[in-house]
Amino acid sequence: MKSILDILSGIRPEFDFSTSQNYLADGMLDSFDVIALVSDLDREFGIRIEGTEILPENFCNLQAIRNLLGKHGVAA
Amino acid sequence: MNLVFHGKKIEGLLAILPANERLFVDEMDQFDFPRARSLKLKEVMGYDRHRIVDGAVCVSDLAVAGFEHLFAQGLLGRDDFDALILVTQSPDYLMPATSSVIQGRLGLKHDMFCMDINQGCAGFLIGLYQAFMLLEQPAIRRVALVNADVMSRKVSVRDRNSYPLIGDAASITLICRGEKDTPIHANLKMDGSRREALMIPAGGLREPSSPETRIPHADDEGNLRARDNLVMDGSAVFNFVQTEVPPMIDALLAAAQTNAAAVDAYLFHQPNRFMLQKLADKMQVPYAKMPSNVVEHFGNSSGVTIPLALTLNLRERVLGETLTTVLGGFGVGLTWSSMLLPLGPLAFCDMINYPQVS
Repeated sequence: MKSILDILSGIRPEFDFSTSQNYLADGMLDSFDVIALVSDLDREFGIRIEGTEILPENFCNLQAIRNLLGKHGVAA
Repeated sequence: MNLVFHGKKIEGLLAILPANERLFVDEMDQFDFPRARSLKLKEVMGYDRHRIVDGAVCVSDLAVAGFEHLFAQGLLGRDDFDALILVTQSPDYLMPATSSVIQGRLGLKHDMFCMDINQGCAGFLIGLYQAFMLLEQPAIRRVALVNADVMSRKVSVRDRNSYPLIGDAASITLICRGEKDTPIHANLKMDGSRREALMIPAGGLREPSSPETRIPHADDEGNLRARDNLVMDGSAVFNFVQTEVPPMIDALLAAAQTNAAAVDAYLFHQPNRFMLQKLADKMQVPYAKMPSNVVEHFGNSSGVTIPLALTLNLRERVLGETLTTVLGGFGVGLTWSSMLLPLGPLAFCDMINYPQVS
């Protein structure tokens, strides 16, 4: 199974996602990248992130994404 | 607000599509994004191809071609309708109303109620409401509702947020009084405080078009567009749809004292496949009951996506039987609306190209 960092790097291979605390403010993800990320997370972890959960604060850094996955029963 | 109509029905429906089809893979290089990222977007959003008018084709051109087809095929007589409603955001002129342009070009009778409505992605429902209300008048026996937009002419070709999904199209829906008195339940909400989420800032009287408003500027994500172009706050619109639409459908079914199991099909406006599937997930509706394939075939043509979803996915069924459908529209305004509509059997449910190849 891919890690969250693997998935992020698959979307934007030019960035190192392990250090930034705000992927959106730092220009590493745009709004369409977030949609691509949701699609990949859904598929990789067999979940369905809800449309109302697609908010900047849920995808701004690694911990935020972990927290969101945790709500869907995924420890990543 | 909740609405209820009685004794009205859709008789037939024709969709008119520009023959000019463009592929997303052929357009990717016009955006300032790496091809790999655009291909990812293609996969997730369902971008594949879209129909775009060639040159200076206007809404009235598509509508006139559609009516001439109906007349030629004997599906509608020139004197057999008494009101012509056009729902569009891309009229031929600021004035006169494009419905009057269509009436004049077709040489229709003078005993006719023509009106334009400026609405977008909820425009099929808004147009139906107006048609139902006009049919309360004994003098009006049948209404022709035209939904049409050529928004490709107002979207920057270098705007990856909007251009890949935009599509041009028209539809003509005939509405008349029905034999049965099955109630048609509906609801509608509008929020003008969020009007800037979908907007063409310049070109009206508030900010007239000028050389300055035609200069493209890059946004934070690298999309190039001018103030004369459509601008969409994609995140705000996405959030609006996901937040407002599911409770709206729940309220509709509750008001009609029915439930989701009784619904044969959900025909929603189609901005992109991802948004529709997230809605279906939230509402626990099987994807098969909520078609989401209009954008990948034709693009998002505002108020025409519901007629296109019908002709593309349910044509054979609505020609032969009555389906319990839930229609849902949401977009510019902001506006959101839904309708529980018994649909069919229709006299026709067709799709033609513009121009037609003889």
